Amino acid sequence: MTALVFRLREPPAQRLDLSPLVPNRLAGLSARDIERIEVQTTRERVCVGDVFRVLMGDAARLRFEGGHERLDRVGCAMNDGEIYIEGDVGCQAGRLMGGGKLVIAGDAGPWAASGMKKGLVEIIGNTGDRLGGPLAGETAGMRGGVVVVRKNAGERAGDRLRRGTIIVEGNTGAYAGSRMIAGTLVVRGRAGRLPGYLMNRGTIVLAKNSDALSPTFSDCGVHELLSNTLMAEFIKPYSPELAGLLRNRWRRFMGDMATIGKGEIYCPAT
Amino acid sequence: MPHLNANGIRIDDTFAEAFAMRATGVIVTAPALAWARQAAATMTGFATSVIGCGCEAGIDCDLAPGNTPDGRPGVRVLLFAVSTTELQKQLQNRVGQCVLTSPGSACYAGLDSDEQLKLGNALRFFGDGWQISKRFGGKRYWRVPVMDGEFVCEATTGLTKAAVGGGNIILMGANAESTLAAAEAAVAAIAAVPDVIAPFPGGIARSGSKVGSKYKGAAASTNDAYCPTLKGSGRSELDPDIGSVLEIVIDGLTPEAVAAAMRAGIAAVIALGPERGALRIGAGNYGGKLGAHHFHLKDLLP
Repeated sequence: MTALVFRLREPPAQRLDLSPLVPNRLAGLSARDIERIEVQTTRERVCVGDVFRVLMGDAARLRFEGGHERLDRVGCAMNDGEIYIEGDVGCQAGRLMGGGKLVIAGDAGPWAASGMKKGLVEIIGNTGDRLGGPLAGETAGMRGGVVVVRKNAGERAGDRLRRGTIIVEGNTGAYAGSRMIAGTLVVRGRAGRLPGYLMNRGTIVLAKNSDALSPTFSDCGVHELLSNTLMAEFIKPYSPELAGLLRNRWRRFMGDMATIGKGEIYCPAT
Repeated sequence: MPHLNANGIRIDDTFAEAFAMRATGVIVTAPALAWARQAAATMTGFATSVIGCGCEAGIDCDLAPGNTPDGRPGVRVLLFAVSTTELQKQLQNRVGQCVLTSPGSACYAGLDSDEQLKLGNALRFFGDGWQISKRFGGKRYWRVPVMDGEFVCEATTGLTKAAVGGGNIILMGANAESTLAAAEAAVAAIAAVPDVIAPFPGGIARSGSKVGSKYKGAAASTNDAYCPTLKGSGRSELDPDIGSVLEIVIDGLTPEAVAAAMRAGIAAVIALGPERGALRIGAGNYGGKLGAHHFHLKDLLP
């Protein structure tokens, strides 16, 4: 069966909350039902049918033909199935995801994969600040699953990461992995200033170093560790070249010593 | 006892009586196969019989680098015990004292099961707070800092309650040399069968036992009916041409695996023939009332 298609009619006039458009909430609905779902974020009412042409198909596989940075909360709290977006999305894509696969062919805004629990988010373009991070008032960010960003991520990627793996194939902004509780953040490019800022536990790999490493990280020397081999095996399906890099020798820094200092940052050996 | 005959070797029409056991498996890896084997051999030392050792353990097979979680050479070790509590204790002590300590080693789950035993979850405390947990794809690993780097150990491994301990064949030959040759051939064939171990030294037991003793406090004593020097005692099971007897005890994760191992062992002994190997093959049982599993030799002939 073909995918259920949402064809964007024109750029939306206001930010839209697309969180109702996930496989687990669309199962069993007719095209008419779906077109009537409200997605506005202002007082002006907007239904799915107003912005998208709905082409019925298998509700377990959604395809958005066309994207826009005003499409917020795409794939929010989805827990199975697949969503593919041909263009850009706004903030909080894949937030609180509990399973399934979300692929964004364009760029994503801030808080992508925020508080995600399980599943896979792949962002083929760039992503904004606080990738996987918590919203104000929440105590933890992403707590499971895998996020792959093929280009660059903004500031505080992996903020308050608790569990799960974030892979950024490009560069990150400042404070990558800030306040990390645990989990794994792998950056193939270069990180901005002060990666791992106030991290407690967890692992950050910076394949091209950072603009400035905080003096609260202590050098532990160069090592070839088995755990990086296990990480490489795990990452291989998502990012084969990065997996190859991980098998190298790395310089290990422990920190952030301004907190309990049980986290680690791996930088190139030389 | 009525006999069957295969390639000139007499096969007793009897059965091996085996018991339900708890079992687990771990994969031990190292920078070189020799060191993986060393760690596994140390871990499975003094593990011939649950009576005196707490568990029965052995190496199931070598694993090529492509078949281990970390891409290094490894071996799979199986452990058998009579209770889950005892199995947990033996696993923890043996991995902790023998694998954790071995240079370059790592230890992973060697059995898939819904029921789990603690592996790294028990050993992580050696890290004294410096241990690190990493979870990759549903598997949790503990990294414990040690003096040559890090000891990596999966958090748990599987437990099976469907394991079988005490499958056996008894090989009877004209003299010690030919009987040992038959036993060696059988052990080599059994080593190729997956999911089984032969826990005695080199897979072979020369001191088969019977239940009970004339002495108080001894649960088991020598199997006098199979001792060639006691052929004249009146209770002997041995024929005049038998001069030496060896037993191979087999533990397996499933009854099918034990049967496959016995079949492989018997086939190897029969192939060797009576001149160079055993004259007669038997099996040990307790009348059939103690063990849940009966392996009849006549069903296991090649």
